[in-house]
Amino acid sequence: MSDITTTDVLIIGAGPIGLFAVFELGLFDMRCHLIDILDRPGGQCAELYPEKPIYDIPGYPVIGAQELVDKLLEQIAPFKPGFTFNRMVTALERLEHGSFRVTTDENEVFDAKVVVIAAGGGSFQPKRPPIPGIEAYEQASVRYAVRRIEDFRDQEVVVVGGGDSALDWTLNLEPVARRVTLVHRRPEFRAAPDNVGKMHALRDAGAIDLVIGQVSGLSGEDGILRSVTVKGADAETEVACTRLLPFFGLTMKLGPVAEWGLHLHENQIPVDTEKFETSEPGIFAIGDINWYPGKLKLILSGFHEAALMTQAAKHIISPKERVVFQYTTSSTSLHKKLGVPD
Amino acid sequence: MTKLTYIAHDGTRFEVEAENGSTVMENAIRNAVPGIEAECGGACACATCHVYVDDAWTAIVGEPEAMEEDMLDFAYEVRPSSRLSCQIKVRDELDGLVVSIPERQG
Repeated sequence: MSDITTTDVLIIGAGPIGLFAVFELGLFDMRCHLIDILDRPGGQCAELYPEKPIYDIPGYPVIGAQELVDKLLEQIAPFKPGFTFNRMVTALERLEHGSFRVTTDENEVFDAKVVVIAAGGGSFQPKRPPIPGIEAYEQASVRYAVRRIEDFRDQEVVVVGGGDSALDWTLNLEPVARRVTLVHRRPEFRAAPDNVGKMHALRDAGAIDLVIGQVSGLSGEDGILRSVTVKGADAETEVACTRLLPFFGLTMKLGPVAEWGLHLHENQIPVDTEKFETSEPGIFAIGDINWYPGKLKLILSGFHEAALMTQAAKHIISPKERVVFQYTTSSTSLHKKLGVPD
Repeated sequence: MTKLTYIAHDGTRFEVEAENGSTVMENAIRNAVPGIEAECGGACACATCHVYVDDAWTAIVGEPEAMEEDMLDFAYEVRPSSRLSCQIKVRDELDGLVVSIPERQG
């Protein structure tokens, strides 16, 4: 085992609740590290609705979702949390001396005394497009992300979608693949105009193909794709295809959380309402992912859960220390932690 | 109140009295109409409240705006009559509106 990152509290999920937990834990001197599958903090607020207004954050008659994330980041900055993005936590296990080991899908290892699951609706994962029989080709021919460009060399690549990922990979794979065909439902693209222009230029030069329509069928054998059928407004086209790259957005799935031996209530983790602790002592769950009688999936409820969880986490991390309740308004020791000038 | 009819994929009809200003998605969720997921809660951010507007109603309901059209890229079996039901606001002219729910949401 080479590099193990150690921290007091490992937080799974960097959405608004995971971020606010850093603040509460920080006031009680606990260091935090957050892991998130997205490439930036904010969770659903950043990924699903960054520009949408939220009307039920106390003190803010209205605040944009991304604005709330930005303010939370500013609020927790004094506590210097660590972040690991683009990673899914795949394993969570208890070590002999009672702390926890967390492993990501890229085999990074984190040891922590307390684990807080603040994973919202689960992890964001690529949506499987609604093409009949696609599962059979997922081992060999269908990719939901490009991990190694070499995997596409001399292949008949079909990229499906009209956003930035679809356009980026159409442009980047064109020099490598035998042929790239971009398939999109309509002639308008929502990707960056600059890339749409480059794509049209390649198409005009005959370097790639552009087909307007929806992929309706797949042909191949033994899990290896040979071609795809594209249904257009009034015709069906057969396109040679040995690598299919569909970009149909992201969906939330509970994912590996279900495999960590925690009790589950449908797709949520039951907790008590004093500590927000799961069925495993030392593992807490806060925000949309937890469940208790009366649970409401509100950001403001998650903030409250973070504050109460912090009290219990402190008892685990510093069992002998007396926890003194203090207000941020007046406590000189809290002011020091927050960097408030005297 | 404005009357809306949802036709589920299995042909079951759900008739609902809707308040003007609410969305076609919200009324489906309130009345437990099956097949509308609305994962994002109505933010036009997920394409899981996709419906087909009945042919007699497409002109009255109108066309999707650019952002909704972008989200429809993620929906299942999109047709010219496809709309995201969170983006259709109930109003007097829609009294009697009929929408069908696709086989699946994304």
